[in-house]
Amino acid sequence: MPINYYLFLSLALFTIGMVGVLTRRNAIIIFMCIELMLNAVNLLLVAFSKMHHLKNLALNASVGTDGQLFVFFIMVVAAAEVSVGLAIIVMMYRNIHSVDIQFLNRLKH
Amino acid sequence: MNVTPYIFWFLSVWALFSALMMVTSRNPVYSVLWLISTFFAISGHYILLNAQFLAVVNIIVYAGAIMVLFLFVIMLMNLNKETEPQKNRWLKLVGALAGGCLLLVLVAALKDAELKSQQAMVGAGSIGLIKVLGKELFTRYVVPFEISSLLFLSAMVGAAVIGKKEITHQNS
Amino acid sequence: MFSFPNIAYFIPLLPLLGFLVNGLGRKHLSKGAIAWIGSGVLALAFAASLVVFLNLPSGGPTLLNAFDFIRIGELRIPFAFQLDALSSLFLLIITGIGFLIHVYSSAYMHEESAEHYGRYFAYLNLFIFSMLLLVMGANYVIMFIGWEGVGLCSYLLIGYWFRKPAYTQAANKAFVMNRVGDLAFLIAIFWLIARTGSVNFVDLPAALSSLSSSDITWITMLLFVGATGKSAQIPLYTWLPDAMAGPTPVSALIHAATMVTAGIYMIARSNLLYTAAPLTLNVIAVIGIATALLAASIAIRQNDIKKVLAYSTVSQLGFMFLAIGAGAYGAAVFHVMTHAFFKALLFLGSGSVIHAMSGEQDIRRMGGLKKVLPITYFTFLIGCIAIAGIPPFSGFFSKDAILLSAFLKSPILYGVALFTALLTAFYMFRMFFLTFGGTFRGTDEQKHHLHESPLAMTLPLMVLAVLSVIGGWVGIPELFLHGGERLIEFLSPVIPVVEGHAISHSTEYLLMGLSTGLVLSVIFFAWTRYRQYRSEESSAPFARLLENKWYVDELYQTAIVQPLHRFGGWLRSFFEPKIVDGLIQGVGRSIRYISQQIRLLQSGQTGNYALWMVISIVVILSIQFFVRK
Repeated sequence: MPINYYLFLSLALFTIGMVGVLTRRNAIIIFMCIELMLNAVNLLLVAFSKMHHLKNLALNASVGTDGQLFVFFIMVVAAAEVSVGLAIIVMMYRNIHSVDIQFLNRLKH
Repeated sequence: MNVTPYIFWFLSVWALFSALMMVTSRNPVYSVLWLISTFFAISGHYILLNAQFLAVVNIIVYAGAIMVLFLFVIMLMNLNKETEPQKNRWLKLVGALAGGCLLLVLVAALKDAELKSQQAMVGAGSIGLIKVLGKELFTRYVVPFEISSLLFLSAMVGAAVIGKKEITHQNS
Repeated sequence: MFSFPNIAYFIPLLPLLGFLVNGLGRKHLSKGAIAWIGSGVLALAFAASLVVFLNLPSGGPTLLNAFDFIRIGELRIPFAFQLDALSSLFLLIITGIGFLIHVYSSAYMHEESAEHYGRYFAYLNLFIFSMLLLVMGANYVIMFIGWEGVGLCSYLLIGYWFRKPAYTQAANKAFVMNRVGDLAFLIAIFWLIARTGSVNFVDLPAALSSLSSSDITWITMLLFVGATGKSAQIPLYTWLPDAMAGPTPVSALIHAATMVTAGIYMIARSNLLYTAAPLTLNVIAVIGIATALLAASIAIRQNDIKKVLAYSTVSQLGFMFLAIGAGAYGAAVFHVMTHAFFKALLFLGSGSVIHAMSGEQDIRRMGGLKKVLPITYFTFLIGCIAIAGIPPFSGFFSKDAILLSAFLKSPILYGVALFTALLTAFYMFRMFFLTFGGTFRGTDEQKHHLHESPLAMTLPLMVLAVLSVIGGWVGIPELFLHGGERLIEFLSPVIPVVEGHAISHSTEYLLMGLSTGLVLSVIFFAWTRYRQYRSEESSAPFARLLENKWYVDELYQTAIVQPLHRFGGWLRSFFEPKIVDGLIQGVGRSIRYISQQIRLLQSGQTGNYALWMVISIVVILSIQFFVRK
């Protein structure tokens, strides 16, 4: 498949996630949108890895593994991030009884 | 007859549709379910790209563990109602416009890139197999791998510390 | 050190020293010490001037370079003194008459408390110092320093009795009027620097060739405007009669030795430039004769003894400018000298009269002072004869030189000048007869108080009287004495003698005889008219016009002062609060408004920040990809 298709698909998914971040007020949904953006990037990394592999196949049989391993590490980091992030959201809910980021305007002060 | 393009288009439309539904759903629970659907579509793409290991990990870690965690939190907080207050309509519009502009700019910038003629290998190649990746992971990437275990440990501790009730608060 | 030319440094330094000692020590020194210091430094300065005068080499000027005053790029203005015939003559006049006035003041101002006495003498010394600086300066900039110093000191001395608002007003008037002229002088200096790059007097002949004729006309015109301010010519003369607010010796100083002669000196200094600007000379001649006539006409109907003398000074200065306008710079300087003698004499004499009359200045309340003030009477008479121009008194020779030059320039000028000279004789003797003749018309109290002044006051009068008689002999025309006109000859290194006296001896005799005869008859007419006092309450419009000084003060008041006041009021009531404050507060307000608007961006909402981040990324990427191609 042409790499362009993957590129534009990833961009579309990424932008959908971004619009979600900008337009929603629920902290959990914003969080999920961020996960979607990460996944869009993951998809693109895998696509590029395969592109690279196809291009340099003659030189090295295992070329392109780096990209896929990056995806793996991104998943690792995402998992850790989600665990901490959800803990923060739970604590926030416990304190203000809402997950609405509109109330998180302490940055103003 | 090559069936690959059809599969690609099917998976792409599925992923985009699910993502849009995730963003637009009022109910957080539906959002979670649509996101899981998106993840399945993306895993389908991984399989199409012959990256089986990542496809499986994606389903297990993301669709399985992480999204269940999300669902769990939502249920715990009893947020499974359409109670989310809506943002200002203008702000929503501006947000959507800004995202659209970003897409437009990036597409416009990249459509003339030299990548046009490049192809991604589909349905072939062995680098996505667990054998190849595992060998790489435990040789060249062994240090980051070990460090990621430390990251998990610290995330665990952090989540526990943040999530537990404050003792001082209880005492007082 | 004490020899020529270095002794010249002492001439200005001594009065400066006197100023510092008297000014700083006025609270500690006794009156006697103050008077001795004040007069002593002047006596020494006069001696030094005499040394300079006697040792002056014939020919070119002697330059004393102290240090570089200004050095900017090509422009180099040294702090230098120039000693030549003209400046040494002025040095003698200033220090000599200044000394006599100091001696006179020590008695005249005796009523003052020691502190004010010290202040007075400090000002006098500073005045002399400024005038010496003006005269000795080797370039226009140094001259300008003295010029400004003279203006300052006149302000200080006219407003010496600063507790009376009218006096401070007069001081302000003098100061402001002088500023107008100073501005023109300053512009002329700048013009000269811009065109020739030098302000030294010795460079003037060289500069002349590099100046275009329009440049010369402009520079000379501006210098002349400066001179009208200092030397009280139309249109800037009104400050001088008001300057009578100061103590009488100060008036004598201003009118005789310093200040008003500065303008004449400056133009005589620049005579090379003026000779090259015939248009300016014509203007000067017209202004001079107009001033002379105007002031003389006003003096006829003044009743304040000092006012009469003040207007006579304005009139005499007009004569000097007439001489300059006719190209006879030497005659102008000559008249400055003789005028210094008899005007100082007259002012000091009037001071003696006022002293005797316990401050009374109105001549209608005087009369019959001949018997009680014999010395004053006699010396005053000499002064009056001198100013009226009767041979062989000093005024005759200088005035005759001026009349002759006016005749050579134009018979019309001569006619007007002669008429003015007759007016001069008339008002001087009117004042003289009203003051000294007839019977006493003051109060009994004044009558009891009448006394001749002390020696410290009469001695200067006598010295000046002698000078008023013989002072003119240095300029006896060729006509009477072979080898005459010594003064013109003496000044010839500075003021080139104009050849071509295309006038026959018989004509000259005729003119002299005419003027002398007419003056004598006018004096006789004044005697018949004012021998016995009679009230002059006349309602004739012309007399009223003269009495009110042609309403020039009122004209200035309504045409210049009032509009300026109104303009100032408008600035204060409208421009300042609305425009200036509005602008400044508008800046503040607009910043506050803009800040308030920008503050809204800082909503504290993380969502908004994310939005801004995205928008910024879009912008940066757009620039990266599309603009910077």
